[in-house]
Amino acid sequence: MASKSKWFAIRKELSSKRRLILTVFSFLIPIGTWCAVSYVPWLWHPMIEIEDTGDVSYFREGRLVKKEVFENENEIMASTGKRLASGKRANPVFLPAPHEVVNAFYAAFTTPPRRRGEPWLHESLWHSIQIIFWGFAVSSFFGVPLGILCGSYAVFSRLHEPFVEFFRYLPAPAFGALAVAILGIHDPPKIAIIFIGTFFQQILVISNTTRKLDVALIEAAQTLGAKPIQLLTRVVVPGILPDLYKDMRILLGWAWTYLIVAELVGTMTGITWFIYQQSKYRIYENVYAAIIMIGIIGLSTDLFLAWLGKHLFPWTQTKQSKVSQFLYRLFGPVNQTAFAPVKVEA
Amino acid sequence: MNVELPHYTDQTPEVKKRFDELKSRKVILDIQNLNRVFETGDGEVVALKNINFKAYRREFVCVVGPSGCGKSTFIRILAGLDEPTSGQVLVDGNSVSGPGPDRGMVFQRYTLFPWLTVKQNVMFGLEMSNHSKTESESQALQWIDLVGLEKFANAYPDQLSGGMRQRVAIARALANRPRILLMDEPFGALDAQTRCQMQSYLMQIWRNVDITIVFITHDLDESLYLADRVLVLKANPGEVQEIIEVPVPRPRNPDQFVSPEFLATKKHLDTLIHPQDDEEKDDLPIMRMTNVGDEVE
Ligand SMILES: Nc1ncnc2c1ncn2[C@@H]1O[C@H](COP(=O)(O)OP(=O)(O)O)[C@@H](O)[C@H]1O
Ligand SMILES: [Mg+2]
Repeated sequence: MASKSKWFAIRKELSSKRRLILTVFSFLIPIGTWCAVSYVPWLWHPMIEIEDTGDVSYFREGRLVKKEVFENENEIMASTGKRLASGKRANPVFLPAPHEVVNAFYAAFTTPPRRRGEPWLHESLWHSIQIIFWGFAVSSFFGVPLGILCGSYAVFSRLHEPFVEFFRYLPAPAFGALAVAILGIHDPPKIAIIFIGTFFQQILVISNTTRKLDVALIEAAQTLGAKPIQLLTRVVVPGILPDLYKDMRILLGWAWTYLIVAELVGTMTGITWFIYQQSKYRIYENVYAAIIMIGIIGLSTDLFLAWLGKHLFPWTQTKQSKVSQFLYRLFGPVNQTAFAPVKVEA
Repeated sequence: MNVELPHYTDQTPEVKKRFDELKSRKVILDIQNLNRVFETGDGEVVALKNINFKAYRREFVCVVGPSGCGKSTFIRILAGLDEPTSGQVLVDGNSVSGPGPDRGMVFQRYTLFPWLTVKQNVMFGLEMSNHSKTESESQALQWIDLVGLEKFANAYPDQLSGGMRQRVAIARALANRPRILLMDEPFGALDAQTRCQMQSYLMQIWRNVDITIVFITHDLDESLYLADRVLVLKANPGEVQEIIEVPVPRPRNPDQFVSPEFLATKKHLDTLIHPQDDEEKDDLPIMRMTNVGDEVE
């Protein structure tokens, strides 16, 4: 009777059908709003696209003018007995209709750059992905071990975390000018911005995850004769691995949010360069397409990593019910040949 | 039902002979003047006060006492996971200064490593002490056999029931060949029926392996069923109240739960641990209930 259950119940999961419906709606609502504003002529449409210039000297066919300006000019034309201009209502150029953006997804890739030597869209995207990758890789290279050490040893925690706690409040873009001064105008300062945006959060998040590992596991390992280094490599690291992996996915998402700011530093490159370039040419459908592409790449990376995680950590997938039911069905009840249990009569 | 019970210190010649033999064995665990004081925000808590105790080779000792009397603190000091404020613990003549493979431990909480299979869990201690992989594996499989879980060697802990997990934990602790097995309410989280089963498993393992067991429980039946001697602690401060020699012959079986010796000892234990139980029960709650009743009417 799950379908009869309430839609609103605190901390209760919904049926899978309802979850699917809601997921679809979470995308349908914004897209639907966009479609409505674009395709329903009397909704918004504050501009007039001129079809016939009439006798208005500065009107050009196909150009957008504000509705008030258009009406004003036509009043003047009417009062002086000249030919009226005509046109249809339109949205501003910065709000292209959905189908135009959909077209742009293809067209943007196939349109050659305006000037020789400039990158194609796919080259810009690839450049952005590399910036993210290196920023995140360098951050993780230092951040993961440091986070684990801080979570494991009070010494490291006390020595590093207070400063890190302070530093993470400094906005990464604030270091843009410094990064350029120190690292030049090409990729290194961009990578540095991603690094600064990720690294300090990373230490804190990972040290917290490490601290959440059940101390009893460490004590159990100690009573089994594990030495300090072995505790770290054989208990702490494998013990936190699934959670660490989840943290890294979230942190990678953060790294993405620093991308545009990072690419503005020094010479503009990557997808940011593409977006600015297209908006300069007023091809806003390409701008939207590029922004949405960033989202799609980010989300699909995350979904892929989530899927991969299920296969990387098999022990987190084995819930009591299914597998043990299966084992019980194969082997019957727990084998008790080693000891016949003493019968307990009531 | 008013059968005259024997006194719990009365021992049949058979039982007496067993205790004499037991006490002639080598002392494996020697606890000397053990004290443990915790410094807390609002003063000192004397968790253990002046504990002296010796356990002999292959003895089964149970520790009982009211909640908060220091049982866990006691066993953690034996394991080397906590340090005494003063006094010392000798295991096989060596002073304990930290956790080590000569003392295995089974916790109440499930502490199997969830990322390792049953077999890998049991191999863990052996690998820590530099046994080769193949040797660890073959030894581990023998211990898994001993606890009757050979079909689950490649299962992950999360796939096992609570009782099975504790059996693996026992196998894992024993695989290291410790001198002493320390158990802190290992069956406390299990349902009654599984607990009975686990008790008889443990008895059989103990009979087959050269091991001294220190077993903490708050279940008096359990302590009397398992133990040679029961160490009774009292709370605030945690002191030894009495050391009881259980006058029930071995091998034991659940029929003895109704034997006169068993009942007599249990009655004595009851009075030690719950001295004014009945008074407490009548007191507060009933007064409150009548108050509530008055208001309703
Ligand atoms: N780490 C600690 N810090 C302060 N007090 C503690 C600590 N561990 C235990 N105690 C106190 O010591 C006493 C004994 O605790 P414990 O050994 O856990 O008792 P038991 O296992 O018999 O229930 C309790 O009063 C408890 O509050
Ligand atoms: Mg306890």
